[in-house]
Amino acid sequence: MTALFSLDNFTVSYGKVQAVSDVSLNVAKGEIVTVIGANGAGKSTLLNAAMGLLPARGRMTFEGQELAETDDVEARVGLGLCLVAEKRHLFGSMSVEDNLVLGAFRADRSAFEGTLSDVYARFPRLLERRQQLAGTLSGGERQMLAMGRALMSRPRLLMLDEPSLGLAPRIVADIFTIIADLRAAGVSILLVEQNAKAALDIADRAYVMELGEITRSGAAATLAADPSIAASYLGLGH
Amino acid sequence: MMSRRPLLVFTLVLALIPNIPGMPPFWITLLDNIGLAALVAMGLVLLTGVGGLTSFGQAAFCGFGAYTTAYLTTVYQISPWLTLPIALGLAGIAAVVLGIVTVRLSGHFLPLGTIAWGISLYYAFGKIDALGRHDGISSVPPLAIGGWSLRDPAAMYYVIWAFVLLAGIATLNLLDSRVGRAIRALRGGRVAAEAFGIDSARIKLIVFVYAALLAALSGWLYAHLQRAVNPTPFGLNAGIEYLFMAVLGGSGQIWGAVAGSALVTLLKDVLQRVLPWMTGSTAQLETIVFGILLVVILQVARDGIWPLILSRLPGAPPRRIDDKAPALAARQRETRSDGPMLELAGATKAFGGLVAVNEVSFALKPGEIVALIGPNGAGKSTTFNLITGVLGLSRGSVRFAGHDISGVGQRAIAAHGIARTFQHVKLLPEMSVLENVALGAHMRGRAGVLSSILRLDRDEEVRLFAEASRQIARVGLAEHMHKPAGSLALGQQRIVEIARALCLDPTLLLLDEPAAGLRHFEKEALADLLRQLRAEGMSVLLVEHDMGFVMGLTDHIVVLDFGSKIAEGKPEEIRVHPAVLAAYLGGTA
Amino acid sequence: MDLTILLFLLQDGMTSGAIYALLGVALVLVFAVTRVIFIPQGEFVTYGALTFAVLEAGQIPGTMWLLAGAGALAFLFELWTHRRELTARLLVHEATLKLALPAVVAGLTHVLVPMKAGPFVNLLLTIAIIGPLGPYLYRIAFQPNADASVLTLLITAVGVHLAMMGMGLILFGAEGLRAPPISNASFTLGPLPVSGQSIGVYLVTLGLILALWLFFDRTLMGKALRATAVNRIGARLVGIRTSLSGRIAFALAATIGAISGILIVPVTTIYYDTGFIVGLKGFVAAIIGGLASYPLTAAAAIVVGIVEALASFFASDLKEIIVFMLIIPVLVWRSIASGHHDEEEE
Repeated sequence: MTALFSLDNFTVSYGKVQAVSDVSLNVAKGEIVTVIGANGAGKSTLLNAAMGLLPARGRMTFEGQELAETDDVEARVGLGLCLVAEKRHLFGSMSVEDNLVLGAFRADRSAFEGTLSDVYARFPRLLERRQQLAGTLSGGERQMLAMGRALMSRPRLLMLDEPSLGLAPRIVADIFTIIADLRAAGVSILLVEQNAKAALDIADRAYVMELGEITRSGAAATLAADPSIAASYLGLGH
Repeated sequence: MMSRRPLLVFTLVLALIPNIPGMPPFWITLLDNIGLAALVAMGLVLLTGVGGLTSFGQAAFCGFGAYTTAYLTTVYQISPWLTLPIALGLAGIAAVVLGIVTVRLSGHFLPLGTIAWGISLYYAFGKIDALGRHDGISSVPPLAIGGWSLRDPAAMYYVIWAFVLLAGIATLNLLDSRVGRAIRALRGGRVAAEAFGIDSARIKLIVFVYAALLAALSGWLYAHLQRAVNPTPFGLNAGIEYLFMAVLGGSGQIWGAVAGSALVTLLKDVLQRVLPWMTGSTAQLETIVFGILLVVILQVARDGIWPLILSRLPGAPPRRIDDKAPALAARQRETRSDGPMLELAGATKAFGGLVAVNEVSFALKPGEIVALIGPNGAGKSTTFNLITGVLGLSRGSVRFAGHDISGVGQRAIAAHGIARTFQHVKLLPEMSVLENVALGAHMRGRAGVLSSILRLDRDEEVRLFAEASRQIARVGLAEHMHKPAGSLALGQQRIVEIARALCLDPTLLLLDEPAAGLRHFEKEALADLLRQLRAEGMSVLLVEHDMGFVMGLTDHIVVLDFGSKIAEGKPEEIRVHPAVLAAYLGGTA
Repeated sequence: MDLTILLFLLQDGMTSGAIYALLGVALVLVFAVTRVIFIPQGEFVTYGALTFAVLEAGQIPGTMWLLAGAGALAFLFELWTHRRELTARLLVHEATLKLALPAVVAGLTHVLVPMKAGPFVNLLLTIAIIGPLGPYLYRIAFQPNADASVLTLLITAVGVHLAMMGMGLILFGAEGLRAPPISNASFTLGPLPVSGQSIGVYLVTLGLILALWLFFDRTLMGKALRATAVNRIGARLVGIRTSLSGRIAFALAATIGAISGILIVPVTTIYYDTGFIVGLKGFVAAIIGGLASYPLTAAAAIVVGIVEALASFFASDLKEIIVFMLIIPVLVWRSIASGHHDEEEE
């Protein structure tokens, strides 16, 4: 398997405090890889730094090309790397459609119409709400819009940070179905989730993160069956 | 902070300078001007650098000092020394009036407000007939001591620098005190300060008036040095220049104000002499250079020059802790043997149409550890903020030891003996762990501004710090006591917050995700500490994600989901509660 | 005071108010996109006014050289930032924007000035000279600190204001300048004589506001600018460079400043430091608009203009004081309205 995306000895610090230390991980083409762990383990920090929103040290490659240690978020979008952040970061006072239009800011203009209808087909709710302001959407719709906006740039790797955060169980199920569909459509996915059970169900491989370090990794099914993982992350059972 | 010896050397050098043979009088005049500027800049360091309140209007307060004495000494022939208290009094009153409005301004509105009144006062000075309109007032008498007239700039030199040294020492004393820590806490945000009973609006007003008084003192000296006043030196440009000095010296550094004033004054002088010669124009070209320098400094050395100097000097020794210091008086505790310690009844919080917390009711008995759990976004933090008074209730009530504490505000709630920690750590990263923790004991001290300046607060300070160090030792961080709080790992910073909360001598402890970011053995230690506190009669409410931690420690668990309570009970009941399992495992369960 | 005087004062106030509206809208735009409280806006007014006046007098304005210098400096900043990853494409791109553009403008100026091409050409030339100063200034002074706090950016802005005001003194001298009116037409409306100049001011203001609205509502770049203002991180995540948005915002603000200057220089004598006070009045309006609302800012600007006109009649000594003290109650109200949640959001 050739890695689409890899991090080697990746370290992120806030001042003197290391939030992510020496993390190495990779995502192959067509794979869903998940990173699970407790609140404050450094999962979001890892994704934000991989996207260039935070300064980091270490090696990072995407499609065989080395990404500089710069904060060039915009260039990453151009290369096909896209992050749906935990806070969604939608343009609240703009319409749903304008949000999607801006999602394609760096994309090939000629493919725009096709991509837009593809996104609307995937998220019919967004088509219904296309003239509505993004700030007035419900939590689930916001998550759909954030994912739809990311898809407008035709990404090759989609990084999802807590897509189930604050959503009702039924909507969480919808979101995870859509994530599975995206893999079928050829988008590779790096998924950070606190809902470890849902994440492990859908992922091919998984990494467990604790206090900024990767402590376990392996096939998702193997980890899901591991009793110590079950005790720590899969709910309340002891 | 400077220890005594460098200060003595500095004073000696200052005293000797005018006696250097062949010292050009012109240089003495320059030094006079540096001293005058340093007084204003020192106030700004406290106001802007330490307190975080940026003011472009300080020059206007110089104007109050200068015009007051110029008017009174020329029209009524009052002795200049008598006008000093009057000048300070008037400037103080003006500062209280302007300050009451100004310090309430939030964020960038504050500096904009200072620009507005800075410009308005400048225009006012130039429009009032009694103050000579744009021509100002001339023939202001010189200061005199006995029969000796301080007409000569070299004589004024001693007066000015004596005031600078006094002001510097007073300001340092003030910063190194209970009030000073409260001033520094302003930077950490209003919420954290108020949670420990600091009246942030009052503290802001104190700093504002203090800075204004220093500026007025400088203006008073200026009037008697120049022997004339007009509006020009009290305009917005001068205000910008003072701020520039404070920024250049290094905001937050008292002696940096002197360094910044010296650099700017000397630079201005050099530019005024060199630039016309270069460009053949007499225009005030130094403004260009100043403007550019200000931009450059903010780009290359945002912290100013004094920290660069400090980094070459040996650091101050850590504060000495007197273990034998008598303990602070314990707070009057509100305990009850019957009925709940804390009781929420139908607590509801709506933001616009969104109901974040919906009809939540639960109770916490004395000496109990209760956990508030739920998925992310379930409304736990909002509930927390309703109890601590950060947010107001939309409906319902919160009662503590029988008193209704709904809507009484953070400080009043802290005074009841409710102490808290924050999910997003709110420590002052540059301040030592010890000083951060001492902030928690703010309400247990009394010392005010004057006693701090005069060093009458030492006994109380020793006891405050002894208490802080005891609490730090209690949470197991004694070895980190003198490090800057920002240098600790995030998990440890949460523990520092617990020590700070304990310093309040609380009856109820509210902990927001205390175990996040802790290693396994650290979690064990934290659980032991909380058990021990419970054994001593403390009540604890915590929000936590770590189920293992919660299950093993708590007496009672309240589960929230989508803003509503979905279950409560003993840990073993919650573990098998169907609604809880559904909420946690989601639709995929 | 009779009705004629009142109407005259109102007209006068509306005319200044229209200018303040333009400046206020530009300030809101710059703040929303870059978080810079754009104190030097007023200097662009001065530069625009005086450049136009100098061109009208048939001379080469010093701002032309300033443009070349600022372009070269911005070019150097760009080289330094990209020193590790310089490509030919980048070099050509930057050289075109920052070296060739000022050179072309300088060439045009030298060709057109001796031809005495008339006010309209001079107006365009003024915009070509002053407009690009905005993005160059952003590149040099603000972009390196783009992530700093609003306060740091504000102090930077004050520094830029000082430098630009001083530079104005060198470029144009201490003497004020005034340009001949673009239009001498006037007519009476009932009891009130209306000057062609004020009609021109209204038309230009309305036209510019309409153009801005079209830009923000209809173009991708306009939307990208709004997106940057609404959510900076969101904008970056879709690939919008905040530095690009910043430069465009500054270009718009500089152009609006220059046009405002051109509109007032035929009416009032402009000195090197006049613009600052004019800009501050735009500020009063922008602050009443909460540094966020364009319509509220424009409306407040008209009120500021009228208050100023009335104050200059009734209490001319206190005119400035009244106008600037207007801001204080508004700031207090704004602070209370915004509450303390700005602190919680960071």
